[in-house]
Amino acid sequence: MDDTALWIVSLLASTVRLATPLVLASLAGFYSERAGVVDIGLEGKMLTGAFAAAATAAVTGSPWAGLAAAIAASLVLALVHGFACITHRGDQVVAGVAINTIAAGLTAVLANAWFDLGGRTPSLDGGQRFLGLHFPLAETVRGVPLLGRFYGEVIGGQNLLVYLAVLAVPATSWVAYRTRFGLRLRAVGENPAAVDTAGISVPWLRYRAVLITGLLCGVAGAYLSIAQGAGFQENMTAGKGYLALAALILGKWRPYPTLAGCLLFAATDALQARLQGVALPVVGAVPVQIIEVLPYILTILLLAGFVGKSIPPKAAGQAYVKDR
Amino acid sequence: MSASTNTDGLPRWATLALLPAINLFAALVVSSLVILAIGQDPVSALAFMVKGAVGSGTGLSYTLYYATSLIFTGLAVAIANHAGLFNIGGEGQAYVGGLGTGLVCLALSGWPWYAVLPVAVLAGALFGAVWGLVPGYLQAYRGSHIVITTIMFNFLASALMVYLLGGPLIEHGQMAPESREFAESTFLPAVKDIAASLGYRTSTLPLNLSLVLALLCAAGVWFLIWHTRWGFQMRTVGANEAAARYAGINARTTIVIAMAISGALAGLVGINELQGVQHRITLNFQAGMGFTGIAVALMGRGHPVGIVLSSLLFGALYQGGAELSFEYNEISPRLVVVIQGVVILFSGALEHMFRPAMARLLKPKTPATAGQRA
Repeated sequence: MDDTALWIVSLLASTVRLATPLVLASLAGFYSERAGVVDIGLEGKMLTGAFAAAATAAVTGSPWAGLAAAIAASLVLALVHGFACITHRGDQVVAGVAINTIAAGLTAVLANAWFDLGGRTPSLDGGQRFLGLHFPLAETVRGVPLLGRFYGEVIGGQNLLVYLAVLAVPATSWVAYRTRFGLRLRAVGENPAAVDTAGISVPWLRYRAVLITGLLCGVAGAYLSIAQGAGFQENMTAGKGYLALAALILGKWRPYPTLAGCLLFAATDALQARLQGVALPVVGAVPVQIIEVLPYILTILLLAGFVGKSIPPKAAGQAYVKDR
Repeated sequence: MSASTNTDGLPRWATLALLPAINLFAALVVSSLVILAIGQDPVSALAFMVKGAVGSGTGLSYTLYYATSLIFTGLAVAIANHAGLFNIGGEGQAYVGGLGTGLVCLALSGWPWYAVLPVAVLAGALFGAVWGLVPGYLQAYRGSHIVITTIMFNFLASALMVYLLGGPLIEHGQMAPESREFAESTFLPAVKDIAASLGYRTSTLPLNLSLVLALLCAAGVWFLIWHTRWGFQMRTVGANEAAARYAGINARTTIVIAMAISGALAGLVGINELQGVQHRITLNFQAGMGFTGIAVALMGRGHPVGIVLSSLLFGALYQGGAELSFEYNEISPRLVVVIQGVVILFSGALEHMFRPAMARLLKPKTPATAGQRA
């Protein structure tokens, strides 16, 4: 019984760790998409953030400098996205593809040139990363069955950015549904002409949304390379940006359901790693790929309206042309 | 992603030649800046790239070999684009298409290559078509966004192939996730065989007969898009779906057909990579060719001639970039990916940035229009 409890606690802790970058990135996507700017460039912004964080932390020795660099680098790409899609009314999907491609190439080229480690950055030691925080009394209550370990290893013991991601969900919900900015943000994603008629600048509103997206993607990237990981590797986001987008779709472009989507995807990921080669009751050993593709299949079915229906913001994907 | 918007009075030659040239120039400037940031001399690096790509028979052979795959994926992106669809799933369609081609080559051991080829082409096209058709169907009939669905299908393709090559298809007693080698009789003739039959001995060169198939496909796409009813329907749906419906075109069927043809074209990458060069099904053999097809199609303005030319350019970049990274340790071969991204940015996402300025520059200044403005 104690083994099972241990297994569950480690599964939950792993789920939280895996969900964090998804939560940050899908909330990032929330701001952009609710403002009417489709962003498939979450992946590229995260990857760039991861590289900037690891490179800066390795050189300066400070995780805070790394985090700042990650946000700055991701913001630059967010501005490129805004410049192409808002200022020049370019195709939002194509701009996202361009950002992902540039990020994939540039991070590999710069990592290779600056650190000469074949596309990696140097391994970071403890002082250069965000490490797990020890919660008070964690050692004392450790002996309490199940809950003790749950408190010490799932609720506590995570790094600072995990708690930031946890806070980002209610914060986003509050901003989107309780503030003037949030109301306008949602309006501009549904009916930009109405917002424009009210005398509010559509481009400026969308630029602010896209910049928040950049900020959160930068944090997500920094989490990957200087909190969860200890350095940058080529293409280390490995599709997490797309998965975050899928979670946003699964959550029907709302913060809390999106969080649930992220947790579901993270749990399948954590489970997948633990079920490798394990024979399950009734079905026997299942190829891990079947568990791995569940998030993708779920997203496809949901978008097609076979299980529920996920409807994107009405003006998402369209550039706003002011009538003259 | 408009295929050929021509509402701003920009002359056709400018759209077809000048804009790609400006985009190429912008890409060159950005990549020079990247090389400078690394602390290398961009002029000598770029000169070395050109030499590596076209300066020798070997280099040229590799350039054309890369270009072959890119013609397939570039055409795939372009044909979907003509129907107003952004097919970002060329990567997965190429991967699954290669599975079809590979299975045929494995099954038809002992058959001569010219008998295997038609079956392998059909199987590759069919497998790729299915992988494109399903997202097309979901877009046309269920309203799911083609971009998201094709991205998801890329992941599905990758998981499927990892599963198959790690288990059912793996060569017995081997650790590497690959199928067994095809029988030698099924190999497509390569340049080295032709050279050998003429009495020249060359090292192994990857260029093979599938380049001819790629060029035939380019001609076929040109004919289909501009000289058939289907092509007309696709272009109409792409230009204005509602208008196409009013005109009595079945937009849904057209979308499904366009995606099937798009997937089929991407699915032929395996003919070049597997039947032509690797001679077994390998993990990730398509190696980004599907994504590069997006840049190729955008740069080639969706026209088969432009696509063949930009495939040659990107093929040269791939080969030149690989040579460059052998010569300069500091420069990663992934520099090509940066250039590719910049091309997508400038000729795709920022296509409206250069157009108005150019239209203004090229517009003949007549007194009449000047008078109207004043």
